[in-house]
Amino acid sequence: MDTKTLTHLQRLEAESIHILREVVAEAENPVMLYSVGKDSAVMLHLAKKAFYPSPPPFPLLHVDTTWKFQDMYKLRDKAAADAGMELLVYQNPEAKERGINPFDHGGLHTDMWKTEGLKQALDKYGFDVAFGGARRDEEKSRAKERVFSFRSANHRWDPKNQRPELWRLYNARKTKGESVRVFPISNWTELDIWQYIHLENIEIVPLYFSQPRPTVERDGLLLMVDDERFPLAEGEEPVMRSIRFRTLGCYPLTGAVESEAQTLPEVIQEMLLTTTSERQGRAIDHDQAASMEKKKQEGYF
Amino acid sequence: MTTQDPIYKTDALIAEDIDAYLEAHQHKTMLRFITCGSVDDGKSTLIGRLLYDSKMIFEDQLAALESDSKRSGTQGEEIDFALLVDGLAAEREQGITIDVAYRFFATEKRKFIVADTPGHEQYTRNMVTGASTADLAVILIDARKGVLTQTRRHSYLVHMLGIRHVVLAVNKMDLVGYEQETFERIVADYRAFAESIGIESFTPIPISGFKGDNITGPSENTPWYDGPALLPLLEEVEVEDTRDQAGPFRMQVQWVNRPNLDFRGFSGMIASGQVRPGDPVRVLPSGKTSTVARIVSLEGDKDLAVAGESVTITLADEIDCSRGQVIVASQSPLEVADQFESTLVWMDENELVPGRAYWLKIGTQTVSATVAEPKYEVNVNTQEHLASKTLDLNAIGIANVTTDREIPFAPYAENRDLGGFILIDKITNHTVAAGLLHFALRRAQNVHWQATDIGRDHHASMKHQKPAVLWLTGLSGSGKSTIANIVEKKLARMNRHTFLLDGDNVRHGLNKDLGFTEADRVENIRRVGEVAKLMTDAGLIVITAFISPFRSERDMVRGMMQPGEFVEVFVDTPLEVAESRDVKGLYAKARSGQLKNFTGIDSPYEHPEAPELRIDTTEMTPEEAADLIIARLIP
Repeated sequence: MDTKTLTHLQRLEAESIHILREVVAEAENPVMLYSVGKDSAVMLHLAKKAFYPSPPPFPLLHVDTTWKFQDMYKLRDKAAADAGMELLVYQNPEAKERGINPFDHGGLHTDMWKTEGLKQALDKYGFDVAFGGARRDEEKSRAKERVFSFRSANHRWDPKNQRPELWRLYNARKTKGESVRVFPISNWTELDIWQYIHLENIEIVPLYFSQPRPTVERDGLLLMVDDERFPLAEGEEPVMRSIRFRTLGCYPLTGAVESEAQTLPEVIQEMLLTTTSERQGRAIDHDQAASMEKKKQEGYF
Repeated sequence: MTTQDPIYKTDALIAEDIDAYLEAHQHKTMLRFITCGSVDDGKSTLIGRLLYDSKMIFEDQLAALESDSKRSGTQGEEIDFALLVDGLAAEREQGITIDVAYRFFATEKRKFIVADTPGHEQYTRNMVTGASTADLAVILIDARKGVLTQTRRHSYLVHMLGIRHVVLAVNKMDLVGYEQETFERIVADYRAFAESIGIESFTPIPISGFKGDNITGPSENTPWYDGPALLPLLEEVEVEDTRDQAGPFRMQVQWVNRPNLDFRGFSGMIASGQVRPGDPVRVLPSGKTSTVARIVSLEGDKDLAVAGESVTITLADEIDCSRGQVIVASQSPLEVADQFESTLVWMDENELVPGRAYWLKIGTQTVSATVAEPKYEVNVNTQEHLASKTLDLNAIGIANVTTDREIPFAPYAENRDLGGFILIDKITNHTVAAGLLHFALRRAQNVHWQATDIGRDHHASMKHQKPAVLWLTGLSGSGKSTIANIVEKKLARMNRHTFLLDGDNVRHGLNKDLGFTEADRVENIRRVGEVAKLMTDAGLIVITAFISPFRSERDMVRGMMQPGEFVEVFVDTPLEVAESRDVKGLYAKARSGQLKNFTGIDSPYEHPEAPELRIDTTEMTPEEAADLIIARLIP
């Protein structure tokens, strides 16, 4: 009998699809959190594969901060339409009213727009399961995160009370009010993500590719001046630099790298030869060593 | 440090020809393995070393590592690789969960997922969790200490979970002067033990995680060793999926894909074998047969799919098939049964209650199941069999499991997906146990349901009534028996055929062998439930007066009856009131310690969440309560 050797990407894909289907079979009202980044792009692609020929039987939810890159908003709307899925966009009304922004409010920006915004959105629509694109290789505290991560009725993560996950068996039963965050691409690494995007020809935001863009340097981060809301210091002039991004978030919080990589293979090449880890470009992790664990307990994804 | 040139240097190809590199790397396979050992065995150092040698550490991490090594490392001026992964040690100090951490690295040929779990006995459940998905186990031994109790425990668990590839890594060879005799003595000791528990083969390697000997390639320090180094071995070992492909086709249906009336696809991950369009298949447990029409995917139909792939297939005929059923090659069906011998690993703070109904999830199916009193518990350190009435956290035992309907299965040793299950507590929803099915009990196969000509409807219509169970639950002294007695008298006056089952009376006969432990209380209620069910089949209105303190068992009895026949009546009396009445003097005895496991005092009462009726005995007389119950029964 012929055997067919599955590659690591085929096994990862099969595992992710299995997880996506398991949730749809057991959840009452699932949703996929969609942040428009490369991980979201892969997760959405896997969902299309898992349920084909049906469209993925849940909506996409973008918890918006109003401070994402313009290119991200464009791809967001197109990706949802291409997949034939409903797109829900949620902006925390209180953050909007108070004009919370990353320049004046520091950590409060992430807290109100993202952490609070996410909780409000899940409560508003009554979603009991939310898919997220987090990966275990991203950061130390994620290495022990479950695929099915339970949250109490007030969205808190209790690291002492997580369920053991054996074989391919996931216990999705929950009591009323509890919700679950499910991470279908837990076992993918950054390199796996890029290889899969390359192999499957998945559309991603052009910001991942190098191009001359207007930039300023702040606190060691290279920031892109994406719109006129960016407050320039006196005499400060944006400088055109060839830059790209390894991760995408709110543009005033996301550091760019100088690069000449304009194609996917070049991006992967640069990534493999690079000597700093992925999350260095994110201001959010620099707060304190155990910051991610703390944010997770409070309900950040 | 005797650092060899890492043979996994790939920078040159990446820089010169990225397309060739990508092409090569798209064909990598994947291996999942678990490392077993304690911090003292150098487990963290070994994992750190693997990450380092396969270039998974970035410069910023390395810089942080170097400064950490100087500050808190145990290796002087040298890099302490353990600090890379020793999140667990830090967690222990901080009192955070000690858990399973997954780590990733890759070489030219493979991607690896390492399950890193703590090795102490109190973390058996974590090790079992990590081992459940592993293709291979690396068992670490400190060359200075040899085979220890924990080595035996880890090996037993690895073998129990069916991991076929075992690597015995005799570590810290640098500290014993790379002596061949030391290595061979340890290997001989281990071989004797491994054979005694049924491990057929293993690969011993002398290594030093700290110095890097025999990790990426042969070490000059062990010229007497001609076996493989660790990483090359990990790259060559056969992965489980490839083996599974050789078996007959089995797929547990996970989801039915119905975008419109013209398409009905069955989605799932193939647990074993291969499938092609035109293959004859059978759906279990129904036994209906058909042939595979298409293997559907976003990229177009496929002509072959194999074990380990998630697929959607369509069948040529419109036959019933839903989530939880298993599609199999029609010429080699699976066994179907409802009673099994199994191994259980208990994972919850609350111990096993024999006889209680738990959810059992196997593959994509969830059924209700009960576990009998264990045949024995296994001492994981000595592998001795111990007598036990229950299983508590981290205990491993052999017990019979009975499901409420027949399920298709394969022995765990044959296939993990078809023989591995979890138990879920029905109230807390926690995963309380992992289980391995071994074989079906003959009993289940030979006892068939005998159909009788005079059915339950006939019995009921002769009595001109609808059968029902009036289930009175509440504390001792709440007034259940008094109220039940009045209800029966009133129903008798109305020419209804009734029977009253009273808690105390039943314990004089049917249940006189039972005490008041949690397990006995469960069995007490189960028997009463079965008797009540027979009586409703006979057309009777059954009135029961039992404390029945646990929600799970009341729900179990409810599940035995026809829908609508079970009427839960909560006789609600506050503990102070019941205790002040103390008709039988039992509360006084319980308070003075003469009576153990007394509900409300040292054993819990779980009040009903949504009873059909609630009787507040501080607000109404027994007479009024009885009228209320009868009004609910006969409106």
